[in-house]
Amino acid sequence: MTAFWILAPIMVLAAIGILFVRKAVHAALLLAVVMISLAVLYAGLDAPFLFAVQIIVYTGAILMLFLFVLMLVGVDASDSVVETIRGQRVLAALLGILMVVTLVVGLSQVSFGTVVGLDAANEGGNVEALADLLFSKYVFAFEVTSALLITAALGAMVLAHRERTVPKAGQRALAEQRMRDYAESGKHPGPLPAPGVYARHNAVDTPALLPDGTPAEASISRVLAARGAVRTARADQVDEVVRQLAAPGSQTEVVDVPEREGDDVTSASDVAVGESDASAPGSDSSTRAGDHSTGEGERA
Amino acid sequence: METEPYILLSAILFTIGAVGVLVRRNAIVVFMCVELMLNASNLALVTFAKANGNLEGQVAAFFVMVVAAAEVVVGLAIIMTIFRTRRSASVDDASLLRF
Repeated sequence: MTAFWILAPIMVLAAIGILFVRKAVHAALLLAVVMISLAVLYAGLDAPFLFAVQIIVYTGAILMLFLFVLMLVGVDASDSVVETIRGQRVLAALLGILMVVTLVVGLSQVSFGTVVGLDAANEGGNVEALADLLFSKYVFAFEVTSALLITAALGAMVLAHRERTVPKAGQRALAEQRMRDYAESGKHPGPLPAPGVYARHNAVDTPALLPDGTPAEASISRVLAARGAVRTARADQVDEVVRQLAAPGSQTEVVDVPEREGDDVTSASDVAVGESDASAPGSDSSTRAGDHSTGEGERA
Repeated sequence: METEPYILLSAILFTIGAVGVLVRRNAIVVFMCVELMLNASNLALVTFAKANGNLEGQVAAFFVMVVAAAEVVVGLAIIMTIFRTRRSASVDDASLLRF
């Protein structure tokens, strides 16, 4: 009974959490808490077979399926806050309170009698006793269950299968399409710019900086942009970092800048690696960006 | 062991699941709340099995689990298909059958 009194509040809190968390993944994790706690309760209720099945089938298979579908559905899966039906939440909460009150009042008026316990029924082992029941009294239901499972598997295959209506574009077709786009709309035929070039970090969530210091949107993954996980990386922030790094007694490095102006390759790699002497190449890159901006502007 | 606390917990979990079905927008979370309701009923079945000294409650809980697994497979496949065609997993967007 101690296990029950420890687990019951956890389960209720986790279940209430499912109602309030914004992200579906968090709801799935809270549901996992509830399900594992339930498995422990089953173990305490003399149901070792259901304890194992609860963990294997529910937390192992069903929740993994949920997480799989969440992964496929992707970033759009968060709930919107606005109500489409006015007053729906208040009404739902009222209904819930009403239901809980009804159930509690009703249950408190029932006497459940003394607990018989499963010691006699589980004498030859819980699994054996369950198997006896399943394959004698409930054998028809068991057979029907197999039909249900096959139907579910077939249904999932039919629903998730997508027939291809147009042939898959091969390498040649893609290349031709790229060149046609370039000829018609001037779309750049080459690969997209890499993230983090000349920016504060070379991380994938930091857009590359264009010669005029503005971030290049095309250098960031579409998914990161949709999640809102993109860092800002403007040239003035680079200057800010340079000033912070070069604040005490590193005048020589800042004076160094004009000498490094010439060798593009080394300074670019310095910026990308972002080592301790990032102060000099950092300011270097911003000045260089200024130098090149006219030429790049013409090309664009 | 007393029966009553288990049954009350089951009732509370069932109610939370029902409210979740009414409140949440995301079809996948609605599905999770349905699962919560099924689990709550399973807890009541297993508790009654012990209270009555009879394993039939556990057999019933076992069948509920099987049906829940089948239901989740088909339901999630439907959600995926709807998401593929409408780019949304919200239960409010799929309103084509409304008249």
